[in-house]
Amino acid sequence: MQSLIVAHGVADFRSEISDLRLLISDLRSQISALWLGLVVGLVLCGSDHLAVAQEPPRSVVDVTATDHPNDVGTTIDVSWTLSPDDDLNIESPVVSAYHVLRKQDGDVDFVKIGEVPSQTETFTDQGVQRKRAYRYQVVTVGPGGESTPVETNETVTPIMEWFRTDRGWLAVIVLVICGAVVAFIAIAKSGRELYIRKIPGLEAVDEAVGRATEMGRACLFVPGIQDINDIQTVAGITVLSRVASLTAEYGARLEVPTARSLVMTTARETVEASYLAEGRPDAYREDDIYYLTDEQFGYVAAVTGTMTREKPAACFYMGAFFAESLILAETGNAVGAIQVAGTAQPSQLPFFVAACDYTLIGEEFFAASAYLSGEPVQLGSLRGQDVGKLLVAALLLIGCGAATWVEVNSSPTAVSVMTYLQNNVLGSGGFLP
Amino acid sequence: MKRTVPMVIAAVTGFVLIVSYFIPLTEEWGSIAMQWFNVLAAIAFVLGGSNLMRMNLQKISDRRPGWGYAAVTLIAFLVTLCVGLLKVGVQPTESFPTNAWAAPYNQEGSFLWWLYEYMYKPLQATMFALLAFFIASAAFRAFRAKNPESIALLATAFIVLMGRTYVGGLMRDVLPASLEWLSFDSMTNYIMSVFNLAGMRAITIGIALGVASTSLKVLLGVDRSYLGAGDE
Repeated sequence: MQSLIVAHGVADFRSEISDLRLLISDLRSQISALWLGLVVGLVLCGSDHLAVAQEPPRSVVDVTATDHPNDVGTTIDVSWTLSPDDDLNIESPVVSAYHVLRKQDGDVDFVKIGEVPSQTETFTDQGVQRKRAYRYQVVTVGPGGESTPVETNETVTPIMEWFRTDRGWLAVIVLVICGAVVAFIAIAKSGRELYIRKIPGLEAVDEAVGRATEMGRACLFVPGIQDINDIQTVAGITVLSRVASLTAEYGARLEVPTARSLVMTTARETVEASYLAEGRPDAYREDDIYYLTDEQFGYVAAVTGTMTREKPAACFYMGAFFAESLILAETGNAVGAIQVAGTAQPSQLPFFVAACDYTLIGEEFFAASAYLSGEPVQLGSLRGQDVGKLLVAALLLIGCGAATWVEVNSSPTAVSVMTYLQNNVLGSGGFLP
Repeated sequence: MKRTVPMVIAAVTGFVLIVSYFIPLTEEWGSIAMQWFNVLAAIAFVLGGSNLMRMNLQKISDRRPGWGYAAVTLIAFLVTLCVGLLKVGVQPTESFPTNAWAAPYNQEGSFLWWLYEYMYKPLQATMFALLAFFIASAAFRAFRAKNPESIALLATAFIVLMGRTYVGGLMRDVLPASLEWLSFDSMTNYIMSVFNLAGMRAITIGIALGVASTSLKVLLGVDRSYLGAGDE
């Protein structure tokens, strides 16, 4: 009996558990449905939000196209104001790029010619033809698509300018300086004597070659490490011509190691001409003017090696020099050579001043050829340079005066005069191209 | 003729380059002139290379003093030339998997690259490093206090040297605000931006005028010393 009761109780308990299971299952399915509803709701909300972000960005405003100034008429500048959606403060970017489209006069459709990234307000079209009319469109592009194109109000026709007006003042300055040089050359040709101050560095050239002759050692001439298209190398070669004349006259040996093949060829021609002019073609040795290497420090190693082995009595450094200047000059000093240097590299001048006996500073280096030749025609060019110096001094005074005037009286006139001077005569359009 | 033709070429090219700076129509001419120069310089490199070979071979054959250096130069020259031209050690690239010849000559791992990285660059750095010792020896001579001018130079150099080091900034903390201008870095800045800059500008203006004058002399044929010998 007891067992029957227990069995019945167990059966009841089982049925209750079964009911409970059903209840739990029902509850689960309800929770699942709720979750599903929530997820679907969220997805729907998200897609709603996404639908807002996927909209095309707003268009740019004020699209303008202008002919690029001071060119041959093959460039047009397009500019616009950024789309209001092109804002760096927006977290998800709405604008990714701007497409620029062009239509030539007579064409029906606009053709895409370029693309610039967001936050760009200009585009330079370098593929246009002179005297043809063009119209432009700018389209804002983003993840949501493309905006409505915005077109320029007017067509633009590129034209060629015959003169770079932005370099007008430079042209005036060049004309004045070159005119003065030519005028003084003409005056010198007429036979008028011109006074030229003494330059100790150039006076020392004779002394250095004479010393080398007395000691029975060679003269070493280093024409810098740049090619013949550098004006400093040309100036160095003109000094070499004078040094070669002296070595030919005194019977000293002249050695010229070069870092460029064309410089070697030019130096050979120059030295040969000087020996010929002095009536000593037999003393000319072509092999003493030789090419080493284009590499800066390879060249330095070879030249300093030659110095150490052969111990030249006079060393001339005339041309364009960089980091190697002090290595050369100090080695020359160590072997006891008398040294004359000249360069137009302002950063290397202190090294040469410290290590050499004489240094031609800046303009003195370029005056060397005229000074050493003593030809009146060439000396005239030096007086022309003086006119240039006067012009520069006058411009400096005008600039300082204008700046002072602005400080004392900051009237709009004073400021505009100062700005014009700074940007044109004294700036990139004039004295500082 | 030998001098006239080069002079005419130099004059025409020079004037074209000047004109091309001011007239947009001729801008192209200027770049063409420069391209011609590059072509000529490349051809002239053969002249230089052959001269280098001849000179060094002659030195070796005559057993002149230092002929060993000439031998080293020649070997280095020929080895570099050959491995560069023959692209020794160059591996095929993804673009051309079957043809190593199409890969760049200076490809990483190639023999030329190896020569550049492990021979040329250390040698170049060694030469450049010598500059530090030469600066010291030149400064030692230049800054001897012999007369008032050299004393002024020495004092200026000392201030600038200190101002460029860590010590220059330390003084600023020690000095009262009213005397801050006496610190090394303040004085250095003043010297560099006033005296040094003014001097440098004066030299630069002189150089610019010298360049203009020399160029004009070359273009007008007033200075022909660079043209060498020959009949007019």
